[in-house]
Amino acid sequence: SFVHMSREQLIVQRARKSFQTGKTKPLEFRVHQLKNLLRFITEKRRNIADAVKKDLGKSEHGTELFETLGLEGEINLAIENLMEWAAPRPVEKNLLTISDEVYIQPEPLGLVLIIGAWNYPWAVTLQPLVGAIAAGNAAIIKPSEVSSYSAKAMEELLPLYLDKDLYPVVTGGVLETQELLKQKFDHIFYTGSSAVGRLVMEAASHHLTPVTLELGGKSPCYIDKNCDITVACRRITWGKFVNCGQTCIAPDYILCEPSIQSTVVEEIRKCIKEFYTDNPKSFEDYGRIINQRHFKRIMALMDGSTVALGGDSDESQCYIEPTVLKDVTSESKVMREEIFGPLLPIITVSGVDEAIQFINEREKPLVVYVFSHEKKLIKRVIAETSSGALLANDCLVHFTVSALPFGGVGNSGMGCYHGRHTFDQLSHLRSCLIKQLKMEGVNSMRYPPHTAKKMSWARFFLLKQVNMGRLRRTVLLAMLAGLAAFAVQVTSVPNSPNKSYIRQLNWR
Amino acid sequence: MERQAVNRAKEAFLSGRTRPLEFRLQQLHALQRMITEKETEICTSLKQDINRSQYDTPLLELIGIENEISLAIEKLTQWAAPRQVDRNILTVSDEVYVQPEPLGVVLIIGAWNYPWAVTLQPLVGAIAAGNAAVVKPSELSEYSSLLLRALLPRYLDKDLYPVVTGGVSETQELLRLRFDHIFYTGSSTVGKVVMEAAARHLTPVTLELGGKSPCYIDKNCDIRIACRRITWGKFVNCGQTCIAPDYILCEPCIQGRVVECIRQTLLEFYGADPKCSPDYGRIINQRHFSRIMSLMEGYTPVIGGQTDASQRYIAPTVLKDVPPHSRLMQEEIFGPLLPIVAVSDMDDAIRFVNEREKPLALYIFCSDKKATKKMIEETTSGGVTVNDVMMHYTLSSLPFGGVGQSGMGCYHGKHTFDQLSHQRACLIRSLGMESVNLSRYPPQDRRRARRARMALKSPMIDLSKRTFVWAVSATIIAFGLLVTLLVILLIASGLNCTCWYWRGWYY
Repeated sequence: SFVHMSREQLIVQRARKSFQTGKTKPLEFRVHQLKNLLRFITEKRRNIADAVKKDLGKSEHGTELFETLGLEGEINLAIENLMEWAAPRPVEKNLLTISDEVYIQPEPLGLVLIIGAWNYPWAVTLQPLVGAIAAGNAAIIKPSEVSSYSAKAMEELLPLYLDKDLYPVVTGGVLETQELLKQKFDHIFYTGSSAVGRLVMEAASHHLTPVTLELGGKSPCYIDKNCDITVACRRITWGKFVNCGQTCIAPDYILCEPSIQSTVVEEIRKCIKEFYTDNPKSFEDYGRIINQRHFKRIMALMDGSTVALGGDSDESQCYIEPTVLKDVTSESKVMREEIFGPLLPIITVSGVDEAIQFINEREKPLVVYVFSHEKKLIKRVIAETSSGALLANDCLVHFTVSALPFGGVGNSGMGCYHGRHTFDQLSHLRSCLIKQLKMEGVNSMRYPPHTAKKMSWARFFLLKQVNMGRLRRTVLLAMLAGLAAFAVQVTSVPNSPNKSYIRQLNWR
Repeated sequence: MERQAVNRAKEAFLSGRTRPLEFRLQQLHALQRMITEKETEICTSLKQDINRSQYDTPLLELIGIENEISLAIEKLTQWAAPRQVDRNILTVSDEVYVQPEPLGVVLIIGAWNYPWAVTLQPLVGAIAAGNAAVVKPSELSEYSSLLLRALLPRYLDKDLYPVVTGGVSETQELLRLRFDHIFYTGSSTVGKVVMEAAARHLTPVTLELGGKSPCYIDKNCDIRIACRRITWGKFVNCGQTCIAPDYILCEPCIQGRVVECIRQTLLEFYGADPKCSPDYGRIINQRHFSRIMSLMEGYTPVIGGQTDASQRYIAPTVLKDVPPHSRLMQEEIFGPLLPIVAVSDMDDAIRFVNEREKPLALYIFCSDKKATKKMIEETTSGGVTVNDVMMHYTLSSLPFGGVGQSGMGCYHGKHTFDQLSHQRACLIRSLGMESVNLSRYPPQDRRRARRARMALKSPMIDLSKRTFVWAVSATIIAFGLLVTLLVILLIASGLNCTCWYWRGWYY
């Protein structure tokens, strides 16, 4: 009987069959695919920049700085380190396993589903792909339909460089995504909103599929009144208005004392003028809102708040001027959801205590920003709040340090990636213990019939934790002592034949 | 009632009590005292639940828990300290590290087969990581869960680590509430329900599930020793172990020998009538007894097969030539039935394993290193032990967990701590050196873009490698100095010696 399979089912089945042939196992294959991906980014640079310009109004330099440069770094890191990452990892043994082979073997999971987002359509879709390929998985790539030009470009161009069966691109909207989520995957990597994140995890639970969710939240930004406000505001302005505020780790709102609020507004005004000229609308480096729906959403958030800067907009272009709102309170509309747009509310607090309390009353964000000269204050914020990450005295840059795990906690997500973390997240770290069929006598203490005597032996062997480090040090010390003793002996030996000879002579 | 306990735990956590390491160490010491002081009571409760012998309980559960607690106490300062990471050229003068942090309130749902181990081992990690924990032991191991509910509040903080007992409805009530992590040990079916409930609150989960753990015996290995180890692993706790070897795969030519060796081993372990042996357990309840009995239907065992419903006793049973599509091979046995399935060779065995869901453990008995490595490479499972069974569970440096249907996440030793912590990335820069940042600000032009590209593409400075190189070169220099010193001493005394020698000659 003919069973009608949907397009998504067929693609998934083909990818799985291809994975099962085992061709992703050899490291050479994975490196070859990664090198192809690198070639794709360099050769099709123009196409990528065009697509992003049409989607988000971002300039070519902006695309390079925020999307492709990071990707290139990740690919190069993976190619360089793949052998080390994929090798067996030896672990510490105990007395019972001292002559055994004990290690952790990273293995591919199988089929990974990568659901991308629209704000950095290339970076957040392809960076997980780098880790998926490196770990030896097959991957279904589902770019966001909201960034439609980028999705189309990816669908057309990626198969020209990567294996078509192992890494297919599936475009489509809500229906197609739901159809995909019904299939069985070995891991799902989702970047997007918390609301959809819940649906993804629920769908994953039906197949017991582990998930990595890179979600969002309102990332607070506390400015200490005694810090260098000029520099702080420059960095915050840059971090906030890049990509027109549509960055998951953008500083969502500012917390500061009332005494510096006007200084902050003034500094931000200066920076906006410096970065985006007097007329950001006509300026190449200032982006647009992704679509009408989000434009209307962000404009509605301004209701009820005092505009200190900006506020101008143009619906036909989805343009919103860089805007700062002052004297915002926790009940304002703009504080109810993640802004994801160029509105920067300032909320006044009496000091760092109130700021910490404010942050802790809300869901754990993706990142907490603190601007202060005082190390103690920064450490206090670290100790008394929780967030995916904490960045002091700058914005966004922790994203570029691939040794740092990038991810959320609580409502802002679960799991992490970047660099080696992506590889580990998309691998199964399998414990391996290789013993021998000898020394069966040692095992007798665990076999029935049990006796009190056997039990005491078992206790001795199992409970007396041998500190391998200390054992090694003791052995080394003993060896050195032996060497020293030998050295002392050697230096005193020449005397003895002399003495005995003298004795012999004396007898004569 | 559940809601109150969870709210109280949350409030207690928010008070910040669990943050200082001294508090966590104090709680861990108290837990250790509980295990040592109440060992007899714990053994009694297990005897009543599952007829576990008084020696098996410490061997299989308590010693493991004690080791985990000792390890946590010894290493807590190290585990909870900030962890340095590699920097790049942009962050070379910054503080870059990963700070482990508590998640909040953890829900630990235990299982009934090793009610103390699988409930308390995650608790050790939860306490060490600075969380509060709601402990929900399995209602099927009735005496153990009641004892745990009585004992734990006497040793640990009552508000931070409450014990909630109950059945399905109480568990469902708990799962409706919001936690910061859920740690579940049990079946895959319920695992799906737990994960679905967790999805509603975006709660991360660790699921330690089960599966059919295959056990391959190569025809050229020492079959007698292999069978001794398999027999022990299979029939301990009456087969009710998540990592018990579920079924044997071997070539038909050795099947007879395998059966004989198992028979002899069973005689040695449990005597002629295992029913009378104090070391042989019982099935946990009537439902599971009937379930296991029905699996045997239609097959004649070559060993065992005797049962006694009044005691929930099933004799150690071995069945051979079991067809792959029989009911016995469809679900996890979790009982003292050991089917032997014939395969033509190792490749056939590999195919057999790969056709099925990924198991929690894979066992390979083979003396050929190359063949063993091949089998490991061509299959996947939570963990592997070669030439023994279950022992990878006992080494806390190995992450213990499943993959696919056998689970997600892992624990034991430091892995529990890491699993129940949030690894928070911290980057502390200074407000100086603003000129370095110029290349990233708009307006962007070719020059700025090029500078930015150069800055971001720089190789990472591996500070740890640098320290290592320094350490090695310092050791070599020190060694060189030592050798020089020895040589000088030798020459000096040598000269001395030669002087005396020659002088002696002329005397």
